[in-house]
Amino acid sequence: MSGILNSSIGRKFAMALSALFLMIFLLQHFAINILSVFSADTFNEASHFMGTFWAVQFIAQPILIFGVVFHFVMGFVLEIKNNNARQISYAKNNGGANSTWMSRNMIWSGLAILGFMGLHFYDFWFPEINIKFIEGDMSGLIDPNNAESGYRYMEHLQHKFVDVWRVALYVVSFIFLSLHLLHGFNSAFQSVGANNKYTKALVGFSKVYAIGIPLGFIFIALFHYFNH
Amino acid sequence: MDLTLKIWRQKNANDKGKMVDYQISDISPDMSFLEMLDVLNNELIEKGDAPVSFDHDCREGICGSCSLYINGEAHGPDRLVTTCQLHMRTFKDGETIVIEPWRAKAFPVIKDLVVDRTAFDRIQQAGGFISVNTSGNTIDANTIPIEKEDADNAFMAATCIGCGACVASCKNSSAMLFVGAKVSQFALLPQGQIEATDRVLNMVKQMDEEGFGNCTNTGACEVECPKGISLENIARLNREYLSASLKG
Repeated sequence: MSGILNSSIGRKFAMALSALFLMIFLLQHFAINILSVFSADTFNEASHFMGTFWAVQFIAQPILIFGVVFHFVMGFVLEIKNNNARQISYAKNNGGANSTWMSRNMIWSGLAILGFMGLHFYDFWFPEINIKFIEGDMSGLIDPNNAESGYRYMEHLQHKFVDVWRVALYVVSFIFLSLHLLHGFNSAFQSVGANNKYTKALVGFSKVYAIGIPLGFIFIALFHYFNH
Repeated sequence: MDLTLKIWRQKNANDKGKMVDYQISDISPDMSFLEMLDVLNNELIEKGDAPVSFDHDCREGICGSCSLYINGEAHGPDRLVTTCQLHMRTFKDGETIVIEPWRAKAFPVIKDLVVDRTAFDRIQQAGGFISVNTSGNTIDANTIPIEKEDADNAFMAATCIGCGACVASCKNSSAMLFVGAKVSQFALLPQGQIEATDRVLNMVKQMDEEGFGNCTNTGACEVECPKGISLENIARLNREYLSASLKG
């Protein structure tokens, strides 16, 4: 058991588990973000709860950060190891004849997502951490001295989607996320050994998830851009 | 058929090697790919040049000796065939055909198109067997009832000829389809249960030591496998390994 992470299958299993965890998180993130389209008050309430509830902040969030870092680091480690396993490339390689573009380019779609996360953290996560844990304002209010000013979350969100270039970057990033998920979703199940009579149904569901969730995020970004 | 061949030539394991162009004429569309190479080699020998080295044996698609990466695909563009069963009618008159050896750190080139696939032998030796008493007291395998589905799947896994097309096709040079098939053919049968834990741990350990890459489930191996070995065998390998790791 001790050496499991030193084996190729162990690393693959760990990669799959972190991917499954991140896909569950993505669904939860989407469920809260889509509230912003239907009700500003509900979105504000949900955001304030997620941003101030101790279990989310001090248990779920560190696990999430570990999961994200682990997934990226392991992705790079596997890519380097795999490149070393073929030191001379083919003069002619027809990869498109036997595999999808998504499956062969997970590292590039992953890098695009990593770049997007930098922007997303700069836009939302760092300001939140700064306000709550550096400035010490846990009120969630636009004006912490005025209880009538209302929560800041919706206003912050709308403010970020004013610039067309930022919206464009989000849209492109979600397309890369979709490409990543189109291979990654099924791949994670195969890696944990789940390939059976339910696989065909799972492939169908994975396409719905891999296209539907990123498309939903794109819709949210465009909705706020056009409705601000 | 008149063809242009771009073939990898490498004098020995230490030579850098390079692609060399050859023109070949009057090739029958009914020839096999290896027969076409035989014609080329006869011409090279008549000219006093060194013939192109390539692996071959049964030429019936069952021994696993032949290889060749043809126009960017293991065993060429046809499906479920080895190179010896690939016919020249698959190609067009005047076509340029690029012929390369399997490329993987674990399959070093010995000469021209011949690679060293003994890494597969070492993986097999690490656990790809069952210990059966052959002293005269051997129990007839047919006395043990086996589910039809399990027997069929074990047989399907056992059809792997160990040609290495899975490694050659995989962008990561992973050998997991081969190891998955070799583990599955025993894991599905009662005779394979006694050594199941050690088998999978030892075979995967040997696979990793040989320098094969990590599987990222692109599925290229399944598509290019001349015997149609399914990805289900890799999933079974993963399950067997994880279960064995917990026990071990």
